[in-house]
Amino acid sequence: MEPNNTPLSHSVTLDKAKCKGCTACLKRCPTEAIRIRDGKAKILQDLCIDCGECIKVCPYHAKQAATDPFEDLQKYKYNIAVPAPTLYGQFHNLKDIDYVLNGLLAIGFDDVYEAAKGTEAITDLTLKLLAEGKLEKPVINSACPAVIRLISVRFPSLISHILPVVAPVEAAAMAARKEAVEKTGLSPEDIGVFFISPCAAKATTVQNPLGLKASPISGVLSMKSVYMKLLPALGKLSEIKPISTSSLEGISWARIGGEIKALSRGKCLSVDGIDNIISLFEEIEDDENLDIDFIEALSCTGGCVSGPLTVENGYVAKMRIVEIAKAQGKKDLPRTPIDLTDEELTWSEPIKYRNNMYLDEDFAVAMQKLEQIETIYRDLPQIDCGSCGSPTCKCLAEDIVRGYADEIECIHNLRKRLQSLQQEAE
Amino acid sequence: MPNVKLHYDIDGNDFTVAGQASSNLKKVLKQLGVSTEVIRKAAISMYEGEINTVIHGKGGAADVEISTDKLIITFTDHGPGIKDISQAMQEGFSTATDEARELGFGAGMGLPNMKKYSDALNISSVLGEGTTVEIIIHLT
Ligand SMILES: Nc1ncnc2c1ncn2[C@@H]1O[C@H](COP(=O)(O)OP(=O)(O)OP(=O)(O)O)[C@@H](O)[C@H]1O
Ligand code: SF4
Ligand SMILES: [Mg+2]
Repeated sequence: MEPNNTPLSHSVTLDKAKCKGCTACLKRCPTEAIRIRDGKAKILQDLCIDCGECIKVCPYHAKQAATDPFEDLQKYKYNIAVPAPTLYGQFHNLKDIDYVLNGLLAIGFDDVYEAAKGTEAITDLTLKLLAEGKLEKPVINSACPAVIRLISVRFPSLISHILPVVAPVEAAAMAARKEAVEKTGLSPEDIGVFFISPCAAKATTVQNPLGLKASPISGVLSMKSVYMKLLPALGKLSEIKPISTSSLEGISWARIGGEIKALSRGKCLSVDGIDNIISLFEEIEDDENLDIDFIEALSCTGGCVSGPLTVENGYVAKMRIVEIAKAQGKKDLPRTPIDLTDEELTWSEPIKYRNNMYLDEDFAVAMQKLEQIETIYRDLPQIDCGSCGSPTCKCLAEDIVRGYADEIECIHNLRKRLQSLQQEAE
Repeated sequence: MPNVKLHYDIDGNDFTVAGQASSNLKKVLKQLGVSTEVIRKAAISMYEGEINTVIHGKGGAADVEISTDKLIITFTDHGPGIKDISQAMQEGFSTATDEARELGFGAGMGLPNMKKYSDALNISSVLGEGTTVEIIIHLT
């Protein structure tokens, strides 16, 4: 498989003024995509998978996700909000999902279409594909873009295992636009479909779609910013129209375990937290005899309920999602499947391997560089303190060989060198 | 001829660290730009070899030598040795303990998989002294 290295834009950005150049994000980044240079964090775009761990961990809130402003609604004649089910878990004592959905209409949307509605069609298609038996096992879910990006930079041999099906929000966005065109008679470009997102990775996906030529989503609004608008509006609602038609299963996708609960067959496994996912994927690459049919992997601990753009504590939100989903299940709503064909729900574009690790095009030169890395590394203190601005001593050695850093940047070795100079002078 | 050597100590008392050498080797091979296919072969052999060295060999070491055309991985231990090598190579043959089986090892598939995914596999073993398993994988 040939690596594809066209530049990728990312949604995770840095507010330089707020960044103090500490090592919090540096040490936490699962793909070693952060360096501290000139006292500020720097994200290496080629390595970033948009998981949002740095956003969560930054004590100074210097890391943000570049989402779209609410004013973007003005660009379209008709606007539809597509809330991730995680939104329902953000509120204290929420009696019914319909409060939130009516609230979205009150703050300026013309219509709402629940992202949870996209899940049913995806579950049906997944079951069909699993039954056909053509997918490589273990099949890995495609709902979390951070997981797909992780695979595309670190686990090329698992690319063929990814479920080639759109994410629920994409299915919902496609269906929402289709319905709106029929309802309003407007052309598709005049309809704004805005995802209310707990997720930084999903924001990147609108610019750089995964598996699709173009994203069906017009813009991504951060859940935090919508929450701030929604909260005052909820208190002022005069009537609550029944809007929600999503299912218990659909809402449950907001938390880890939701997707495989809906599948309810075969040997399925759920894994959450990006580090847990990395160690599981390492094992899948190595162990031929793991007998697993399907893996639900969500980068955030607990699932999207603890996405980087949420307001509420992820565990609290998870508990509420369980309650809300149950309440929704009790309503016994008729199942109203979305009107999309299997073809529309299936990826048209392959996921490409982005090898950002290789040291040189020329194998012999790459070997030499590898030896240099080992030589430099042996001389470093190997305590991974991070003060040089690279996350580990090994990584500094690599950065030096790649020309991104100087050996001088190790303060421990510098101190040693100064001491020996001093001794010579004495 | 450039050539890279890697050495991994394999702790005989800890199952849970198995996989670390494999993970490190995979990274190195990606840095060298080796094909995904070869990385997968190397990963499987490395992992199975690592585990055998822990659970059967009571610990030892793995040495990797990468040259322009091939990869040689050598596992060495000073464990009990293998009584009958051709029997050990059979699919499904295993002397794994109940403890190891509980952790999912002992299907008797490790050595057969190493053979399947490598271009050459040589075992030398002396009862009571130890075992050396050498694997060769061509890079192109
Ligand atoms: N380093 C070793 N020292 C001593 N005996 C070994 C060694 N490696 C393998 N063997 C013997 O060969 C047998 C087969 O090994 P193999 O790796 O194929 O299967 P296994 O380790 O028993 O099970 P699995 O690899 O499927 O978990 C082992 O059960 C053991 O008796
Ligand atoms: S778990 Fe959900 S919120 Fe977190 S990165 Fe994945 S899709 Fe986004
Ligand atoms: Mg074995």
